Amino acid sequence: MPSESLIPARPAPAPLALPFPLALGRAGLAGFPSPAQDYEGRTLDLNERFIKHPSSTFFLAVTGDSMVKLGIREKDTLIVDRSVDPRPGHIIVAMVEGEITIKRYELRDGVPCLCSGNPHYAPIPLLDLECQVWGVVRAVIHEYAV
Amino acid sequence: MSMIGLVDCNTFYVSCERVFQPRLRGLPVGVMSNNDGCVIALSNELKALGITMGTPASEIQHLVRQRRIHLLSSNYELYGDMSQRVQSVLEEFAPAVEPYSIDEMFVRFDGFEHAQLLAHAHQLYHKVRQYTGIPVCVGVAATRTLAKLANRAAKKMPAYGGVCVLPPGSLETQGLLKRIELGDVWGVGRRLVERLAVLGLKSAWDLAQADPKRIRRQFGVTLERTVLELRGIPCIEMNDVDEARQRIMTSRSFGKLTDDLGEIREAIRQHGQRSAERLRRQSSLARAVLVFLKTNPFRNDLPQYLPSLVIELPRPTDDSREILSAAGLALQRIYRKGYLYQKGGVMLLDLIDAERQQLSLLDTPQSDAERQRSQRLMNVMDQLNGRMGRGTIKLGTPSPGAAWHLRCAHLTNRYSTRWDELLKAQAL
Repeated sequence: MPSESLIPARPAPAPLALPFPLALGRAGLAGFPSPAQDYEGRTLDLNERFIKHPSSTFFLAVTGDSMVKLGIREKDTLIVDRSVDPRPGHIIVAMVEGEITIKRYELRDGVPCLCSGNPHYAPIPLLDLECQVWGVVRAVIHEYAV
Repeated sequence: MSMIGLVDCNTFYVSCERVFQPRLRGLPVGVMSNNDGCVIALSNELKALGITMGTPASEIQHLVRQRRIHLLSSNYELYGDMSQRVQSVLEEFAPAVEPYSIDEMFVRFDGFEHAQLLAHAHQLYHKVRQYTGIPVCVGVAATRTLAKLANRAAKKMPAYGGVCVLPPGSLETQGLLKRIELGDVWGVGRRLVERLAVLGLKSAWDLAQADPKRIRRQFGVTLERTVLELRGIPCIEMNDVDEARQRIMTSRSFGKLTDDLGEIREAIRQHGQRSAERLRRQSSLARAVLVFLKTNPFRNDLPQYLPSLVIELPRPTDDSREILSAAGLALQRIYRKGYLYQKGGVMLLDLIDAERQQLSLLDTPQSDAERQRSQRLMNVMDQLNGRMGRGTIKLGTPSPGAAWHLRCAHLTNRYSTRWDELLKAQAL
């Protein structure tokens, strides 16, 4: 019997620093622990919390304000994970007519749709996941002026 | 049974651009060399218009103005990062991954039944595409040479749908070998094809049936190995074959796990110099240098780090000094303390023929005098190292000097590696 899904060779990949690690995101004791040490319990790593899958995670910048009600504002940073299979309820990055847009994946009368935060735009039926979905938004970073 | 897979990214540079610019999908797209001189990567749609690798960008400017084709400056930082992402995805699902070039990786498959193997290969095909957005083809067979052919079949024959597994000794394998011309076999150059044709050897199958000993006597040990590989007996290692002038790689284990930057720098320097010598021997110039480091993937108790970085050269060059300078810069950027490195290597990418005269017009100008000086110096170095033993004359790794300024009018964002160049998502 062919196995239906892949069995990862290393189920939980060791937390990998991203190309540009959020070095300042490490809260905790002063000084940086050597990555070779087991730092669990001593510092908190934002990568570890928000980047579940480094090779499929991309950061995107938000333009426009139609998703404010869903907590996504202009100039926010999206953490988008392409390894997540989209399900209704997810905020996703979608490709619509060659543009990269933020949509909510919803079921309208049982029909899967890409919905805009702006009621002005009609829902777009979701027909082909691979052609229409770019990735699933895992988190939003909103920075305040300080 | 141990099998080897080759995962090859489809029109890699163009695919990287299309991940972040979906509107370019299905359109004729080309990527230009540094200084926007000539086309070095083409989408299938661009190839269909009869445009070929190396076409000067100036010759097809009218098509750009008519918006019939799209030309982009090369964005090696983006391609390097995407290449590494593809490699990481593969590493998650396979015990051993060896990069062969920026867009090709060998993967080991051990202990699978055929049906299972096919399912596994299909999964890799889908996972890489979903996770990174890069479309790939997967070829799996008993040896690297056969995996190359399987990959070619996966790419060229629509019936395979991007995945081709060749079970050793099967009728399918035999049928495919009969249809493949010798020139398409890994490591068989044009000259060899002509000489083999005289013996009546035309297809990959013909060569596989030839007597290995006789082939060895007439053509040398390299082609004998190819014969054995075509029969399903693995005998070619990663570093053995460099595809005719496309890339050169030198890599080796450090001998022990080390985090000593001095030791690593010295190893990278040696690999860079060795690669540059091979580059000059085959009369090619390189456009970019890739440096990679690797921790030991089998030491689960140690933190893993497998960085790589591509640095574009200021102009196509075979000058060891420029190559080592780029390699040094790459190493400096990827090295991090606290990891025990097992292996490192230097890859020269996007090679072109040094004899091509138009080069001086297309690429960043280097004065004739300067080029001749560099050529003389490299000649003397190679001669001395040849006569008195490798390493007689070495170059230090100079710390990289002033930033290189290039004309890259159509440079896309470094979407995945720079905070201020992120892809914009519209909330409409």
